[in-house]
Amino acid sequence: MAWFKKQKGNGPPTSPRSKSVEGMWLKCNHCREIVYRKEVDRNNKVCPKCEYHFPISVSERIALLTDLGTFKEWDANVEPSDPLEFTDSRSYRDRLKSQQEKTGRKDALVIGEGTINGRRAVLAVFDFGFMGGSMGSVVGEKFCRAAEKAKAGNLPLVLVTTSGGARMQEGILSLMQMARTSAAAAKLGEARVPFVCILADPTFGGVTASIAMLGDVIIAEPKALIGFAGPRVIEQTIKQQLPDEFQRAEFLRDHGMVDMIVERKHLKESLSTLLSHLS
Amino acid sequence: MRDYLEFEKPLREIEEKIEKLAAAGSPKHSVQEELRKLKTRLAQEEVELYSKITPWQRTQLARHAQRPSVLDYVNSFCRDFQELHGDRAFADDRAIVGGFARFNDQSIMIIGHQKGRTLKERMERNFGMPNPEGYRKALRLMRLAEKFRRPIITFIDTPGAYPGIGAEERGQAEAIARNLFVMSRLAVPIISVVIGEGGSGGALALGVADRVLMLEHSIYSVISPEGCAAILWDDPAKVPDAAATLKMTAEDLYKLGVIDEVIPEPAGGAHRDPDTAAKRIAKSFTTHLSHLMDLTPEQLLATRDEKYRKMGVVLELTVQKI
Repeated sequence: MAWFKKQKGNGPPTSPRSKSVEGMWLKCNHCREIVYRKEVDRNNKVCPKCEYHFPISVSERIALLTDLGTFKEWDANVEPSDPLEFTDSRSYRDRLKSQQEKTGRKDALVIGEGTINGRRAVLAVFDFGFMGGSMGSVVGEKFCRAAEKAKAGNLPLVLVTTSGGARMQEGILSLMQMARTSAAAAKLGEARVPFVCILADPTFGGVTASIAMLGDVIIAEPKALIGFAGPRVIEQTIKQQLPDEFQRAEFLRDHGMVDMIVERKHLKESLSTLLSHLS
Repeated sequence: MRDYLEFEKPLREIEEKIEKLAAAGSPKHSVQEELRKLKTRLAQEEVELYSKITPWQRTQLARHAQRPSVLDYVNSFCRDFQELHGDRAFADDRAIVGGFARFNDQSIMIIGHQKGRTLKERMERNFGMPNPEGYRKALRLMRLAEKFRRPIITFIDTPGAYPGIGAEERGQAEAIARNLFVMSRLAVPIISVVIGEGGSGGALALGVADRVLMLEHSIYSVISPEGCAAILWDDPAKVPDAAATLKMTAEDLYKLGVIDEVIPEPAGGAHRDPDTAAKRIAKSFTTHLSHLMDLTPEQLLATRDEKYRKMGVVLELTVQKI
């Protein structure tokens, strides 16, 4: 046995110090400036240079929108299965398992109830960290349950999206979730229960082309990328460079696709005022 | 001579021989005998070839340039087709056609993707890839049908909704979402049939229905096999694997409970014998329509609602309280 076995990674061992220094700084996804991480954290994870809103976790989102300690999660035990027995370079089951270990969640949507400035509301929040927030059967099922409970209790439904779209590994069944969730939104509408969507960075594909665009009121976070087709697909199709700020929240607002752009620091207040008008 | 796909080569060789012999027109008994033998062989080869057809080969059949389109079918089993144009807001999208027609003496609304056949026509119709105004035209026509209590039949055949700058500017996602939203609650019977390619959200935007049918060699998928291979394998050679893995054939979808019926195609595909294909589709419509027309609007909506509410497979651990 070789006593000089090479270390994996081949490079010099990284000192703990260099790692922590690296972690102190952050490159903004939008303006590409290097910014001080603590300053971003203190600022609701908003870039101090360009006001880009960095993605936040589900728990941060819930803490941002609901009154402290009021949120109760529902149906956390609904799990995905593998109806297609899907395998590419890795099996879907394997992927699910590692994503579940990483996130501590069964799938990409958290639903529950909490109060927003004292007003009861149902929340559904996508977790981009779980397979890119992709929508499969579990996301569809849980959205339907959230909508049904909102309808039964006459409580407004607030949906926060961050998603790459439909979950390929569930094939046609993931496509059908678009129909299923849109049908749930339609029934909510017939019952005149308010449905508000908050679109965060990024929201694409089958999620945009279903529930994200169906809110009575649609709010977007500043600079969030929102669209149907991904920018690379469009570029490859039309063989042209895309205009600056294409598919940013401001672009959507200017084209009449979202009602308002609200900065994170005002989001709870705006939502609360809006809900007071709707319910 | 018909258009052959790569995998149909063995058939092409036999058919070429038959054509040569037949053209010679020899009355000799031996030649006639040979012709008869070749024709039997052709039929056998055909049965064999299509009995073990792969999902990727099916995809090629589903996209076949000669495959009958919605307008072919409408002209074959409907009368009095009146095409209606435009979304009343922006434009008339020629990738989607629609209008009233008479089927078995019943006035119905027909809507479908139209890819076009010649290159010129394909360009005009954007290869069957609608822009938002196409979906909004479809929505306008569906609402018109509901207003006058006419059943709706949609024909699905699209690579997908068009990914372009204008499409995004005018709200491609919203247009698709709105169709799903409205179709789920339209108070008239809706039947959808996938006749070729069911390309993702752009197909589903015409496909929320009480009955969803598929022609035997059509496909319906959340992503094209090419797109899937590029994203998950990063390897174009994996396209046939992606086609199989995605479970996108009519048979697969029937097993998954997503569609209600597979309509068998004539040997070699609908383009080989469009009349037979049309007759089978018409027969299926007649059966489903007669069932759906018997339901009250309330029953219709409740059944449709239940159908979509159940769509999906999840596991749930329930803890029993003692």
